[in-house]
Amino acid sequence: MASSGRSMLADLLRRLARNRLAAAGGAAVLFFFFVSAFPQAFSSHDPNRIDVRNVLQPPSASHPLGTDELGRDVLARMAYGARISLKVGFVAVGIATAIGLLVGLFSGFYGGLADAVLMRFVDIMLCFPTFFLILSVIAFLEPSIYNIMIVIGVTGWMGVSRLVRAETLSLKERDFVAAARAQGAGDARIIFRHILPNTLAPVLVAATLGVAGAILTESALSFLGIGVQPPTPSWGNILTAGKDNIEFAWWLSVYPGLAILFTVLGYNLLGEGIRDAVDPRLRGR
Amino acid sequence: MLRYVVRRLLLTIPLLVGISLISFFVMNMAPGGPIGAAADMNPKATAEVRERLKAYYGLDQPLHVQYGRWLRRMATLDFGPSFSPDGRQVADKIRERIPVTLAINLLSMGIILLVAIPIGIYSAVRKDSWFDRISTVTVFTGFAIPTFWLALLLMMLFGVKLGWLPISGLVSLEHDSLSLAGKAWDRAQHLLLPVLLAGFGGLAGFSRYMRSNMLEVIRQDYIATAKAKGLTERLVVFRHAVRNALLPVITILGLSVPDLLGGSVIFETIFAIPGMGQLFYQGVMSRDYPLIMGILVIGSFLTLIGNLLADVGYALADPRIRTG
Repeated sequence: MASSGRSMLADLLRRLARNRLAAAGGAAVLFFFFVSAFPQAFSSHDPNRIDVRNVLQPPSASHPLGTDELGRDVLARMAYGARISLKVGFVAVGIATAIGLLVGLFSGFYGGLADAVLMRFVDIMLCFPTFFLILSVIAFLEPSIYNIMIVIGVTGWMGVSRLVRAETLSLKERDFVAAARAQGAGDARIIFRHILPNTLAPVLVAATLGVAGAILTESALSFLGIGVQPPTPSWGNILTAGKDNIEFAWWLSVYPGLAILFTVLGYNLLGEGIRDAVDPRLRGR
Repeated sequence: MLRYVVRRLLLTIPLLVGISLISFFVMNMAPGGPIGAAADMNPKATAEVRERLKAYYGLDQPLHVQYGRWLRRMATLDFGPSFSPDGRQVADKIRERIPVTLAINLLSMGIILLVAIPIGIYSAVRKDSWFDRISTVTVFTGFAIPTFWLALLLMMLFGVKLGWLPISGLVSLEHDSLSLAGKAWDRAQHLLLPVLLAGFGGLAGFSRYMRSNMLEVIRQDYIATAKAKGLTERLVVFRHAVRNALLPVITILGLSVPDLLGGSVIFETIFAIPGMGQLFYQGVMSRDYPLIMGILVIGSFLTLIGNLLADVGYALADPRIRTG
């Protein structure tokens, strides 16, 4: 497993590079990684510096994307907002993927009553409109970036668990599992060393698409004022100011939305590209 | 068929119990429980008010007794009075808001079906044509556009710049003085953007789904047979392929209920539409805990009904399901 891991990754990257749309998606993803790593490279302004003499200024040489209702530089706020969006996206998806993997592996490997109970639990969770559930939980906790990550993660693992369970069901019947068992491997070793690595390809696809979904959810929550709280900048809460000033300041509405659009599009294209690369059956669909 | 429906109905019972358990868990998650939330919200809540609330919710009882009471009240859709100043029953508030939300979602569902299905069929039949390519790119963009942002852009264009459409509410201020036709026109103008936006997310998903269904069906042997018999392409596509590709769409239609409901929070808030989504948002902002719980439970009921209708619809359309 270990020796073929690197060549599998190299193979995946090679296939992705050949797929033009996936490569474009990957480039967008890398670009926003760069922005969130070095936001100061994009604007020398302090994202939180209030300048009451320069409120709602249209784009100009000193403020390329204009200023907001408190005179803060929109480009600087967007660059720092990229960091927030990516953080929320990755942590939330990390939580969802971890829960989904554990539930799916356990359910699929042991089957029986545990499987029945866990899968009914998944059914029940899916009965709640996710956005309603997220809003309810946030209403009871405080809206903060950490609560949002956790809530998006905890309400978003069901798909992964079903996926992993299905893979596990078929993997555990394979010869290499029987061989491992014959060599005296315990359940934990079989699950984590032999089954888990083989479920990772579809999980990677789901996680990549999941980051896109989490970023959209975070921006919607922040837009509604129950996500990332000002003064911390996020693309969603800049758009809130855009809505409040819709008659005077188009730049507050247009640019942060474009940032969300391109980020989400990037992850979606990359995710679809990975799917095509790892699952030849789906190619050309 | 009847047996299938009965069996399917019985399957929803454990789901209902599960929904009630999770809702019960969510409302006990608030620091200090529901009373803590109420007291936080209203600093004037005196010790006496707290005691009254405590007795009302039975918080002096052990958890399983509390759950039993919650279950009984939920079964009769009794969510208690709202925490808002008017203190009206939550069930009444939801009842007067639901029709608007359902009407908008049904309208947009209709638009989704009318637009997305032909696009999906045509993309599949003319796979890799310019039409297919453009619609694929559009669909991907559609998946990535935040609905609330699109709403802002459309408001800016049609509401502010061109001044063609109103940007908030369901009716104009002078609605009552308008003629019957004027009233209908007024309402249609107010509904146009919300309905389009409610359907937008689904549009991308459904056309993509229809396309891949069609591609799957076209590969089947019976399509090859139909072509070999010398039937025209039109006949093969519409008589043989589309009917089979449409079947799974019924399921997705039912499954899209939770997304539509979630979306209604966003567009009803943006367009100031007095529906259930806006009510929910107001509840969340004021931490009106009985209202939040009520809408959460109703939302999951509606989802459950959507799934049920989808399964029954599928069984009606496809005999393999109900006998299998």
